[in-house]
Amino acid sequence: MSKKSFRQAINEALRQEMQRDPRVILMGEDIAGGQGGSAGVVDAWGGVLGVTKGLYTEFGAERVFDTPISEASYIGAAVGAAATGLRPVAELMFVDFVGSCLDQIMNQAAKFRYMFGGKARTPLVIRAMYGAGFNAAAQHSQALYPLFTHIPGLKVVVPSSPYEAKGLLIEAIRDDDPVIFLENKVMYDDEEEVPDEPYSIPFGEANLTREGDDVTIVAFGRMVNFANEAADRLGKDGISCTVIDPRTTSPLDSATILECVEDTGRLVIVDESSPRCNMATDVAALVAEQAFDALRAPIRQVVPPHTPVPFATVLEKLYLPDAARIESAVRSVMAYKKAKQDA
Amino acid sequence: MQIAHDILLRSYRSMRTIRDFEERLHVEFATGEIPGFVHLYCGEEASAVGVCAHLSDTDTIASTHRGHGHCIAKGVGVEGMMAEIYGRKTGVCHGKGGSMHIADLSLGMLGANGIVGGGPPLICGAALSHKVLKDGGVAVAFYGDGASNEGTTLESLNLAMVWQLPAVFVCEDNGYGEATGASYACAGTQKARAAGFGMPYFDCDGTDFFAVHEAAGQAIAHARAGHGPVMLHVHLARWYGHFEGDAMTYRANGEVARERSEHDCLQNFRKHVTETSLLDLSALDDIDSNVKDEIEAAVKAAKNAPLPEPADLQADVYVSY
Repeated sequence: MSKKSFRQAINEALRQEMQRDPRVILMGEDIAGGQGGSAGVVDAWGGVLGVTKGLYTEFGAERVFDTPISEASYIGAAVGAAATGLRPVAELMFVDFVGSCLDQIMNQAAKFRYMFGGKARTPLVIRAMYGAGFNAAAQHSQALYPLFTHIPGLKVVVPSSPYEAKGLLIEAIRDDDPVIFLENKVMYDDEEEVPDEPYSIPFGEANLTREGDDVTIVAFGRMVNFANEAADRLGKDGISCTVIDPRTTSPLDSATILECVEDTGRLVIVDESSPRCNMATDVAALVAEQAFDALRAPIRQVVPPHTPVPFATVLEKLYLPDAARIESAVRSVMAYKKAKQDA
Repeated sequence: MQIAHDILLRSYRSMRTIRDFEERLHVEFATGEIPGFVHLYCGEEASAVGVCAHLSDTDTIASTHRGHGHCIAKGVGVEGMMAEIYGRKTGVCHGKGGSMHIADLSLGMLGANGIVGGGPPLICGAALSHKVLKDGGVAVAFYGDGASNEGTTLESLNLAMVWQLPAVFVCEDNGYGEATGASYACAGTQKARAAGFGMPYFDCDGTDFFAVHEAAGQAIAHARAGHGPVMLHVHLARWYGHFEGDAMTYRANGEVARERSEHDCLQNFRKHVTETSLLDLSALDDIDSNVKDEIEAAVKAAKNAPLPEPADLQADVYVSY
């Protein structure tokens, strides 16, 4: 066990799985960098943010493939390779680029097993960065996990910390279905204790990062950290919160969410993705339908406005949910009194 | 190239099976008993069969929405296919794929594909598998002149060259992308496109089995030997509409009739083998009669086969969930 960054945890998961299984290959734009005849350093980048650094040097050109800037062809190739015996991990760089290769994910990878009558396996992982907070503006900042969650046949992972990232990525690589693995780009330098040995965290099993009696907070990815921060602050004022990190949006651990809401009677959902048809509305619908009687206050969603992600720092800060907004949402549900009952 | 007897007989049988399968679907579709869309391959049989004659189960193909011919040529059974098209539980995909999604990965058939240009990127991946796993296989993408304009196809030509994949891009040029002529929709030429990527180019008359067999043999040998991807441009014509029910008013008067009378790959095959004394016509007649029975039996079985059950609706979305 040692302190590792989110970036190092992901790199270690890839390295260990590639050592374990020769069928695991990597492909993506500049995931080595300088591959195939450039004049400078080979393995120069390790991806634009250095996440795959060193893997080309260790595993070579037969396992690690720089691609042309050509998402439709190489994501499609990853799908085809997965259906024919390899276990590719393809890096899509920014998840926003899915606009160039959605067909390969949505109509090919996700559908093979069902439309071929259960005869296909497509053990594919697509890694991509998501999230605002980097002044990367509208085409490099989206949190598109609801888009993938909507598509039957895909599994979707949104890790919230280095420990989670390593265990969930190893699980994703060993999984026999196509998995979308989304890494919040602001978190790459976050550090925590991460075991050196390989371990996996099962999909569809939520993690309770805080346990309390008054309010359930469901948060996704980086938002889990803000929810924890808010819960710790509220705890000092005597408001105790449960924080649920679902880890995966598909499958979603509905049972844990419903159980916690039954216990606390109040629900705040924190989701960094655009507010229409996102995970917040999905969880709100789940609870409204299946735990209506347990609710002692309306469900509150802490989400961005229905706008593209802005560039200017002042606007981007306004756009993103943060601990203060979560705290205020929790206080508002605590303060809520049912008018009819009081009358 | 001298073609072995058994390959000639098998190829003729395969072409006849495709022809009868499709002609029968044309009739059955008109009765309204077949659900969904059906895109027929009649007239193009020599292409699928001439290419697949060089492939085994360890090679991979990806097909198109007009995929029945490729499936049959790659060895998928007509009974399972017919049941699939009728939406039956006994279908090759248990009635959950239908005409546009027939696949059998155990035979290296990576699926018909409802998305134009869906196949070429997948074939880059299958070719990568063959290359990394060193199994000696090649991967073949069938795509139409319509799909030749998709970015996915053009990107795949580039990627296959960059990675030097054992991939064969078979452009089946029937002159129409749906209802729009290739002469209108395709700028430049397929040959120049291949050259643009530095890719070797072969072309052939797709209504002549022997021409396809010869060109495909060279193209596939090139890819199999590890010399990188190739394009095979097959010139042919489709005898029916884009989909069943298409009245083909966009085609010239007499165009299809002329194709049928002058460029029928089955008639050409029979003529060629008798003129060159390669085969006895009676052997071909026997095949015709056998295939007729086989298609009849497949239709009968499909009509009598059980429908999918309610529990099938939610089965096989994931391996595990």
